[in-house]
Amino acid sequence: MTLNANEQMWSDLGIDLESHGQLMNALGPIYGEIYLSQENRPKGMGFYDFVVGDIHGIRVKELREHAKEGGKVVATYCVFVPEEFCWATGAIPISLCAGTQFSVPVAEEVLPRNTCALIKSSYGFKLGRLCPYVQVSHLIVGETTCDGKKKMFELMAEQHPVYVMEVPNKRGAAGRTLWQQEVRDFKAKIEELTGNEITAENLAGAIKKVNARRKEFKRLSALRAADPAPISGKDALLATQVSMYDDVDREVQMMQALNDELEERVRKGEGVAPKGAKRILISGSPMAIPNWKLHHIIESAGAVVVGEESCTGSRFFDELVPEGTENLEDMLTVLADRYLKTNCACFTPNTERLDDIIRMARDLKADGVIHYNLQFCHTYANEAVQVDRALAEAGIPLLRVETDYSDEDAGQLKTRIDAFLEML
Amino acid sequence: MITAGLDVGSRTIKLVLFENEVSHRAVIDSGLKPVERCRRLLDGRSFDKLVVTGYGRDLVAPELSGATISEISAQAAAVRYLYPDAGSVIDIGGQDSKVIRLNDKGGVLKFEMNDRCAAGTGKFLEIMARALELNIDEFAKTALEAERSVTLNSLCTVFAESEVVSLINKGEDAHAIALGLHQSVASRLTSMAKRVGVAERLVFAGGGAMNPCLVKLLESRLGLKMTVPEDPQITAALGAAIIAANGKHKE
Repeated sequence: MTLNANEQMWSDLGIDLESHGQLMNALGPIYGEIYLSQENRPKGMGFYDFVVGDIHGIRVKELREHAKEGGKVVATYCVFVPEEFCWATGAIPISLCAGTQFSVPVAEEVLPRNTCALIKSSYGFKLGRLCPYVQVSHLIVGETTCDGKKKMFELMAEQHPVYVMEVPNKRGAAGRTLWQQEVRDFKAKIEELTGNEITAENLAGAIKKVNARRKEFKRLSALRAADPAPISGKDALLATQVSMYDDVDREVQMMQALNDELEERVRKGEGVAPKGAKRILISGSPMAIPNWKLHHIIESAGAVVVGEESCTGSRFFDELVPEGTENLEDMLTVLADRYLKTNCACFTPNTERLDDIIRMARDLKADGVIHYNLQFCHTYANEAVQVDRALAEAGIPLLRVETDYSDEDAGQLKTRIDAFLEML
Repeated sequence: MITAGLDVGSRTIKLVLFENEVSHRAVIDSGLKPVERCRRLLDGRSFDKLVVTGYGRDLVAPELSGATISEISAQAAAVRYLYPDAGSVIDIGGQDSKVIRLNDKGGVLKFEMNDRCAAGTGKFLEIMARALELNIDEFAKTALEAERSVTLNSLCTVFAESEVVSLINKGEDAHAIALGLHQSVASRLTSMAKRVGVAERLVFAGGGAMNPCLVKLLESRLGLKMTVPEDPQITAALGAAIIAANGKHKE
């Protein structure tokens, strides 16, 4: 059998070509149905179509060439891991996707079935040798945002170099001290991996780079407040997902162009759904590529998703790292503090998140909120009780949905979402 | 104007024709080809407008030039029509169970529905009745006659079935098992109802309301008297027909 260039690269990376081929063959039609069928898409999404069209090709090739020249690739699963250290030392951070049912069965050969789909999908990608991004990376950085992940990383470490950051459970003084130290230890780990020292100068440069991308996403978020919405929730989600593993400077460029176009649309009153279409804010667990299930059901029902209060949304870009700090030690402190502001359900209490949801619902003029949690994600599922109460008090309608990556509950989900939209 | 409401459920298809009141009603099994069944059900009937609800609404509506509405909105509309003072609805269907709270205007204020799991649905009761070699009516009757019950720990249909089999093999009395199974459904529905918060008047609709044991258990657990419509199985279809007359459906 002759292999094409991509297949040769995947084979060199140790990918299970047969299973991987099935995954790639499945993705094309799904993307076509969910994305390419949309009307009035912004031209700026062309870049993202191109990226997904060659999802395990061109970017992997870039990373591989970077690695061949001695550069390092650092893979992460969580927005708590400070990517700035990687950019500062010439390493490339990539966020790994874990959003498909495809890699779940292989994970279930090892992990308990009643584990959240995101954990199973992550582990299955490594165990089944299905993801070239995992294969090309030199280090996987895990974190302790949930017990399931924590234990999964121990198993994953049997397959790949893994480093785990400890995220505190409380935001008080003790938690802050712990996190400040964790960030400094991670800095040392990246310096050791790359052989490059982190200095005030290269870190300031990295902070600026990543902030520039965050600013473009904040701009996108503000543009989505317009009615009619200038971009579908699906497209905005995709841009966020892709930017998590793409080159930071290129993302700034692409997002600038997209936002300029959307600004023009807003000025002209053009949108992807008619003015007055029901507007939904999503809140809850992250949605990794290619998990577009909920957005697709909502938008197929005629509503538009105007924001994501999630790690593949506002928690990824809302907070900037303060710039203008001169010495390295202060820089590390403000950087660590910024990450500690991530309002993840792993914290107790986490009332800041309730404020975020209400603020976003109002800013984005959402008619209702759909709280989404992955089945067996206990932190988000239990926190939903408080979200329910807080939104009831604020007079914002809420629908709570629990699901995973499979399609077996599509009918029930659709009924609930239709009823919710009819109710608004 | 004559309007038609079709409720294409997972177990049965219900039709209601409505012209200021119910002028015709029919119930048949869904089968494997619901579109054909619906066509047959509508054959020779004249009406001005059709709204389809239920699990198969998106399949059937385009084929029969109908509009769609979710079961939840349909139940709310029917219950409000039948009982203008209704405050909430419990609906146990073949595949879904729902608890709906109504607002002052009869619209939906809040609702909960079971997830993919069949616990607490008609399907669960049907499978358990079969495990006890009873039909669904005998099953309810057997449970009502029980002097005591056994506690079933499994909510999952598959596990509950194994649990039933092991109880049978321990020589446990069928009455006690039947009551235990009804209690497990009632308990599931009660927690859902408490999360949504039920208000009087509470209407019990859907096919599940034809089960007198469930009515009794739910009333005792919720501490409320429930209103059961004369023909609870057709309320969603009735709601669809009413919505066809009033608008607010999706074309």
